[in-house]
Amino acid sequence: MIHWQSFADFLAMGGYAGYVWGSFGATALIMIVEPILVARNRRNTISFLKRQLRAEARAESGAISGNTTV
Amino acid sequence: MNDRFNLYRFAAPAVFYPLAGRLVPWFAGLAAIFGLAGLALGMLVAPTDFQQGEGYRIIFIHVPASWMSMFIYLVMAFWAAIGLAFNTRLSGMMAQALAPTGALMAFLSLWTGALWGKPMWGAWWVWDARLTSELILLFLYIGYLALTAAIDDPRRADKAGGLLLLVGVVNVPIIYFSVKWWNTLHQGASVSLTRSPSMASVMLWGMLLMALCFWMYTIAVALLRVRTILLERERHTDWVKAELTGETR
Amino acid sequence: MFGIVIAVIARDLRLALRRQADIVSALFFFVIVVSLFPLGIGPEPDLLRKLAPGVLWVAALLATMLSLPRLFADDHRDGTLEQLALAPHPLGLVVLGKVVAHWLVSGLPLALLAPVLGLQFDLSADALVVLTGSILLGTPALSGIGGIGAALTLGLRGGGVLLSLLVLPLYIPVLIFGAGAVDATVTGLGGQAHLSLLAALTCAALGFAPWAAAAALKIALE
Repeated sequence: MIHWQSFADFLAMGGYAGYVWGSFGATALIMIVEPILVARNRRNTISFLKRQLRAEARAESGAISGNTTV
Repeated sequence: MNDRFNLYRFAAPAVFYPLAGRLVPWFAGLAAIFGLAGLALGMLVAPTDFQQGEGYRIIFIHVPASWMSMFIYLVMAFWAAIGLAFNTRLSGMMAQALAPTGALMAFLSLWTGALWGKPMWGAWWVWDARLTSELILLFLYIGYLALTAAIDDPRRADKAGGLLLLVGVVNVPIIYFSVKWWNTLHQGASVSLTRSPSMASVMLWGMLLMALCFWMYTIAVALLRVRTILLERERHTDWVKAELTGETR
Repeated sequence: MFGIVIAVIARDLRLALRRQADIVSALFFFVIVVSLFPLGIGPEPDLLRKLAPGVLWVAALLATMLSLPRLFADDHRDGTLEQLALAPHPLGLVVLGKVVAHWLVSGLPLALLAPVLGLQFDLSADALVVLTGSILLGTPALSGIGGIGAALTLGLRGGGVLLSLLVLPLYIPVLIFGAGAVDATVTGLGGQAHLSLLAALTCAALGFAPWAAAAALKIALE
């Protein structure tokens, strides 16, 4: 069923190791790095928006309390 | 009627956002399953190609990446057409969420094409019609990304990008056939690249599974990206505020 | 209906003639770029004859792009464009007029200058005729497609570079058939088929591009 004689045989790819693993390596790299970047961008965006929301809330409550004291 | 109602309901950002969030793990899981099955078939079971030796195994990512790069451009153009015709907000965001993945797929297609070309044709790059068209497709992706990045107003970015996509999708066949014609005039029959290797059914199945893997991967990443875009664009709406404060708990 | 097209052409030509320096510098850009190639490659006539169609066409492509960012920018700045967009006649016809005017001041002079430059590359008389014809036939398509890019990048920072990113890939078919026509004449195959396809591209571009550019202008003006 399995085509290869040994693991070394599998790694050697019949002499095409550099080309085959170069292709699969680049694909794997991109498919790992892209989701990580997207997820990181998402975390950054969420924390930025949360900070903004808190700042807005503070500014609003500050304005209200300022009004009451004056 | 019921169907129509549902579609409109899902197009509302407040409904789509959690739906997309629930779908991401499913598509990611499907991508992993298809990917493992495809790799097992293609890398472990499939026999050696009698002409290309083991080097042909690059086909298991080269062909899916090329297919996806073209398919994603078509899907983006579809969303662009919907967005321009019905003025829906979500479609422009979908196009923007797909674009980086499409550009990466075009890049992967060129990269693996070069690594396949070197042992098979003796050169990293050949001005073959399909390789050249793929390169131009990458240029079109870069143009779209540059245009949408240069426009600050997101609504204008969506619409201008959408128009560019429609112009591009009309031009893609013209570009492809002109490049093909140019290629046959200049190259003669010395290098025949259209010969497809005789495919054993195991190879074909491996390739199809890998294509499904790439497809599911694209959907998962695009949904993940569109969620971020939704939050940014809708930051002043109540549902985003509720979402943000809800997640702190 | 075509009164508006004629009116826009006449107006844009008048404005362009007031700024002759721009037209002349685009032409000199074409001349200088084309003259640089033999200096970079070497003076062998055989090699130059082989390269001439591509070099002349790529230089023509770049030269027509120089004036594209200005196609709508001036009218946008002084508010004329918004007036035109609100006017009762279709904006596509206005754009068609502007595209034709752009061709008259950028593409047409290039076609007239190209045979002179072709002589530097030792092209035969036949090839010079086909070169002029192909540039005459092809540059209207360049102006049309370029109009879409100019409308999409209207008012954006870094508009000029962005414009070339958007437009150059779409120019490829025109380049292939334009340079191909000259090349086929040089090699004795005859450039008829190329010229027919070039004419088809130009008809399609002039038919569709102004409307796409008009849609892009409306997006930019919103």
